[in-house]
Amino acid sequence: METRYFGASVKRNEDQRLLTGQALFIDDIELPGMLHAAVLRSAVAHGRIVTVDVSAALKREGVVAAYTAQDLGDFWQPGPLLVPPPPIEGSVFNLRTHACLAKDKVRYAGEPLAIVIAADRYIAEDALADIVVDIEILPALVDLEAALAKGAALVHEDLGSNIAAHIHQGKGDYARAASRADHIIKRRFLYEHGISSPIETRGIVVQWDARGGQLTMWDTTQAPVFVRNGLAAVFGLSERQVRVIAPFVGGGFGPKIMMFYPEELLLPWAAMQLNRPIKWIEDRLEHFVATTHERGQVHDSKIALTKDGKILGVKDVFLHDSGAYDPYGLTVPINSQCTLLGPYVIPDYDSTFTCVFTNLPIVTPYRGAGRQHGVFVIERLLDIAAHELGIDPAEIRRRNLIPPDAFPYDNEIIYQDFAPLSYDSGDYEPVLDKALSAIGYAGFKDEQAAARAKGKHLGIAVAAYVEGTGIGPYEGARVQVQANGRVSVATGIGTQGQGHYTVFAQIVADQVGCDVRDVDVVTGDTDRFHWGAGTFASRGAVVAGNAVNEASKVVRQKILTLAAEHFECAEGDLELGQGQVSIVGVRGQAIRLSELAQKANPMRGAVKPGAEPGLESTQYFGPPSGATASGVHAMIVEVDPETFTLAIRKYVIVHDCGTVINPLILAGQIIGGAAQGIGNAFYEKLMYDDAGQLLNASLADYLLPTSLDVPRFVLDHTVTPSPLNPLGIKGAGEAGAIPAGPLFAQAIEDALGFKAKGIELLEIPLSPARLWELTQQAG
Amino acid sequence: MTTERHAISVTVNGVRHDKTVEARMLLSDFIRHELLLSGTHVGCEHGVCGACTIWFDGFPARSCLMFAVQADGHDIATVEGLADNDKLSPLQQAMHEAHGLQCGYCTPGILMTMSHFLASNPAPDEQAVREALSGNLCRCTGYQHIVDAVLLAAERMRG
Repeated sequence: METRYFGASVKRNEDQRLLTGQALFIDDIELPGMLHAAVLRSAVAHGRIVTVDVSAALKREGVVAAYTAQDLGDFWQPGPLLVPPPPIEGSVFNLRTHACLAKDKVRYAGEPLAIVIAADRYIAEDALADIVVDIEILPALVDLEAALAKGAALVHEDLGSNIAAHIHQGKGDYARAASRADHIIKRRFLYEHGISSPIETRGIVVQWDARGGQLTMWDTTQAPVFVRNGLAAVFGLSERQVRVIAPFVGGGFGPKIMMFYPEELLLPWAAMQLNRPIKWIEDRLEHFVATTHERGQVHDSKIALTKDGKILGVKDVFLHDSGAYDPYGLTVPINSQCTLLGPYVIPDYDSTFTCVFTNLPIVTPYRGAGRQHGVFVIERLLDIAAHELGIDPAEIRRRNLIPPDAFPYDNEIIYQDFAPLSYDSGDYEPVLDKALSAIGYAGFKDEQAAARAKGKHLGIAVAAYVEGTGIGPYEGARVQVQANGRVSVATGIGTQGQGHYTVFAQIVADQVGCDVRDVDVVTGDTDRFHWGAGTFASRGAVVAGNAVNEASKVVRQKILTLAAEHFECAEGDLELGQGQVSIVGVRGQAIRLSELAQKANPMRGAVKPGAEPGLESTQYFGPPSGATASGVHAMIVEVDPETFTLAIRKYVIVHDCGTVINPLILAGQIIGGAAQGIGNAFYEKLMYDDAGQLLNASLADYLLPTSLDVPRFVLDHTVTPSPLNPLGIKGAGEAGAIPAGPLFAQAIEDALGFKAKGIELLEIPLSPARLWELTQQAG
Repeated sequence: MTTERHAISVTVNGVRHDKTVEARMLLSDFIRHELLLSGTHVGCEHGVCGACTIWFDGFPARSCLMFAVQADGHDIATVEGLADNDKLSPLQQAMHEAHGLQCGYCTPGILMTMSHFLASNPAPDEQAVREALSGNLCRCTGYQHIVDAVLLAAERMRG
């Protein structure tokens, strides 16, 4: 009974609405008297604002209001810091956040200058063209090293430099490792992540009820409770006067956590001025410049090894592109710094990074959240080491894996959750073995030679990673048996397709003994559950899932207590199942959960002192630190040596995320992540010119992978439960996206014999065009 | 500025609608905001993502690349018309069983594209499914489970 649903590939409760066009997404909300907003964005990446004149726009029929920074009065102020930097000794962090409309300067192309509110979206967009803008153009900072050069223009003049942050972390002593090493490799790596590009862009609908003093905002956010708290603070309201609802959200992948996006403040402010509901829906072209990115880092890295390929130490110095402002703190570069260590024993590690302000959109986490950058560095260093030391690439990884008896494994540096980077559990070698077996590693050399004889260029790759998941602080859940027998669950996180309505229902259904389809889950409505943090860092199932489990256990006990009273029997004689409680071995003796729920809420008579109504409980769960998942990807590609087009012939993923709640949903998360990894590695690149203009801001030019680019994946799992939570689960949302970069570089080098030609692929994204350039440069 | 409006008559999912619209109103906006059939989703408004795919006189078309006035006198089908009351179509049911959707935002367009594909390709292989699907972008699923769903639906529809 306990494991009836948990661990099973239960079909999703949310599907019916989504498949029939009945799910409520942000742009489906229609309110009486609703107005529509459009935002004027700077066409210039860096410049002094001379004029933003909305007077002509205001004269257009159908325009209700148009606001610039000047119109905001005292409301105009730089926004809050969303994620404070971890407490790392000696760290420098220069906080510069954006206001909702630029006032004196624009710092990236796309920064909002004005907002128009009109009767419909068409008129609002017409009116944007009426606004007269005069900006004195300043040199744009696009390149990280150029931004740090002496005499460079300054994104924030008051700072005196473009340094956003400077952090050093390490363990052991790299100089000691270098002095003992047989072999040291030094390379420069460029890794650029792109945009998450969910198929639903961002959007907001806001309603201010002046009579009731209630602000309601529907928002495509991944963290509705944060937004609710933030809005209350900004508008001087109590938290219960603000309700934030994240309805069905059409994909997030990280950027929808950012707070505040300018529109999240402008819309409620304007709604209060006008006392009218307002809708704003980002269009796709805006999305490229108005939603946060995750872009590039430049790593100068060294690895010190013994001649048999054992890692002695790594030294890494890198630059990180923060964009024009840094409201999200240091999450992305800290993840890069920590995740570089991977599943390997690296006794001496010395890592320093400098975050750089540029005239480009703000950088915040996107699925993987900087982990890709670190994984690319260590995996490529190991590939190069394998080649130079004459060791097989899979074998050099095996020699360096953390052994299973070394857990918990303390990496001695601080992770993004402010806790020490300690891996809770893991067993890495079986993961590697399964991946090598599934890809056919042992027989590949023959396969490769046979293919080459037919003129086909095949290459193989294997890459490993770990992911710190399921971080705190906490989430909560309320579980209640309704009078009709259905069970309701409410939690504060948002949902963007992860299957929360199903996996949480599985946890509840097992505890209270009901059909999984009789559990109704609500996420992301701050009036239904008003505590929590949000959906990010692969934490929803881990943290909220365990809160749901705790609340369900209490409800189960309440059911047993009440049923025992009802039957005048011992609780031990009772069993829960099929939506009722029955006496073991006594046929016909059963009471429905619906009836018990009604008994738990008596309408007449006295109750015992201290009695609480209902079969309901609210519980919270906060892990001491994150749970560390791991995995190995292996791939065989065929590359055309003339056109550099690439076809993935086989792609294997072996993953360990602890105990699995729903294998089908997990497979969806892993495969979807891997598809995004493939996009990052070979298709997607934000092309900026020297003036900070994005040259490919459309889906026709920025290429998301299609069903012809993404292969059928072969999946396998190992299970090493996490000791950090009662369910033993680890997060899985981001894992699939993490190791594709080094996998592509390694496989393409192998396919085209690049090592023999002295060509090394030290950058991501790659593309046919980029491969051609690199081979031309190499002669 | 006065805006000229045009009377149009459009049949959607078998129901005739008589409305007046501006010449510039997109068909996608007309379906969503005038007829309140919000199951048709808008992802890019430049014809790439396929989320807004409908049937126009029985053939898949991107409603973001057409004006409402172009639909005057024509027959449109949207995702709301696929299920028979509460009974899902074979492809909808297969999408549910094979976990062919996550956030579900691209799903209506994929259902419209692939339902039409299945009607004319009863026994497709995986490559044919992938080619037919390649005009619809999905950012969540990595496509594999959608492909599984289409193949499963095809098998069931063959009986």
